[in-house]
Amino acid sequence: MCLGVPMKVLTINGDDIIAEIDGVRKEASLALLEEKVAVGDYVIVHAGFAISRLNEEYALETLRLMREVFSPEDMQ
Amino acid sequence: MNYQDDFRDSRLVAIMAENIAGMAAQLPGPVSFMEVCGTHTMSIYQYGIRSLLPDNVRLISGPGCPVCVTPIGYVDKAVACASDSNNIVATFGDMLRVPGSRSSLMEARAQGADVRVVYSPLDAVALAKAHLDRRVVFLGVGFETTAPAIAASILDAARQGLSNYCVLASHKTVPLPMELLSCDPELGLSGYLCPAHVSTVIGGNAYRKLADTFGVPCVVTGFEPADVMQGIEMLLAQVLAGKSLVEIQYNRAVSWEGNAKAQRILDLVFEPCDAVWRGLGLLPGSGLAIRPELSAFDAEKVLTIVAGEEVENSACRCGEVLKGKLAPFDCPLFATACTPESPVGACMVSSEGTCAAAYKYGR
Ligand code: SF4
Repeated sequence: MCLGVPMKVLTINGDDIIAEIDGVRKEASLALLEEKVAVGDYVIVHAGFAISRLNEEYALETLRLMREVFSPEDMQ
Repeated sequence: MNYQDDFRDSRLVAIMAENIAGMAAQLPGPVSFMEVCGTHTMSIYQYGIRSLLPDNVRLISGPGCPVCVTPIGYVDKAVACASDSNNIVATFGDMLRVPGSRSSLMEARAQGADVRVVYSPLDAVALAKAHLDRRVVFLGVGFETTAPAIAASILDAARQGLSNYCVLASHKTVPLPMELLSCDPELGLSGYLCPAHVSTVIGGNAYRKLADTFGVPCVVTGFEPADVMQGIEMLLAQVLAGKSLVEIQYNRAVSWEGNAKAQRILDLVFEPCDAVWRGLGLLPGSGLAIRPELSAFDAEKVLTIVAGEEVENSACRCGEVLKGKLAPFDCPLFATACTPESPVGACMVSSEGTCAAAYKYGR
């Protein structure tokens, strides 16, 4: 539950974004993030909210590890 | 660390292990470091990090799993809410199987209670909008990573004028129990690996008091194997130099100030309150209560919740596991009566729980 997962931002509509990880698309909110986010950026999404922005290199690396340590359900 | 291959380079981890061994050889006595984050616990078990450390450097798992520290009385209240057919209880998935005094939410659901798993608290608000004739009670558990999301859901419900959404709040803040545990002579902690994602919200400065007043070295650490090893190196360097500072190893996601917007929203909705932690008891000021102005969204205020007497399984040793005083393997129920499929205690339920991590990777 405490897990934040890096996801790639696909669309932005106000505070509402659609983000993707491993082909799974999710809606999430930017309401908790001060930093500007653009389509193509990676954000750490936790409980439906982006809480931090990551650069792509870090995001991909983090994801690689998370896929090894966590089951897909953990990353939901 | 800056380049992606560094994180996964097993040679790098081996070099770090050698460094750590060299530093540890200079220690006057053994040291214990606590990791305060379920994600660290999982990573440490998965990568066998303990086996890379010399005998005089011990890692202890702390109370970093939000589901695990939620007291049994809270589960009982959630089950009581669910047993009223006017209510829909919405929750994150890992609360479902936590045993209450008489029933878990999963068992309540099997008996007909309307308990729904949501991914985001905003999904729970949407549920309330779709069921205006019923009340949606969201189970608000978690630390500073989760609490802002729930705060935002309350503000969203208020904006939409939804009077049938409320939160049964049991949020907790991380630094306070760390202060308490740092003073426990039995644990004798020499440093903390501070949580990664909680710290994206609260920032490195939140640990200043621990370092300055309590004299405990703190390193905010990421959860890649090389991150954890580097965190341990940084703690050892502080111990050897007789320092107690806050350092941020995980600077690719964590700043000193944290996420100001999330903090503002948190403050708008919540105020500090006393909170009961499983294993640690009542810690004044360590919880977050919904502010009186927003009491229309506070399940404790809008519902009459009769939960009955709390009955804890006396054989369960979760309390000691959460304080770092007992390793999961030393609980007599571990992997016998208590497994992830049929958990006796909360630490076996969530994948972030110490017992669950030990069960999955530790044997
Ligand atoms: S093994 Fe089960 S009963 Fe024992 S401490 Fe862990 S969760 Fe609690």
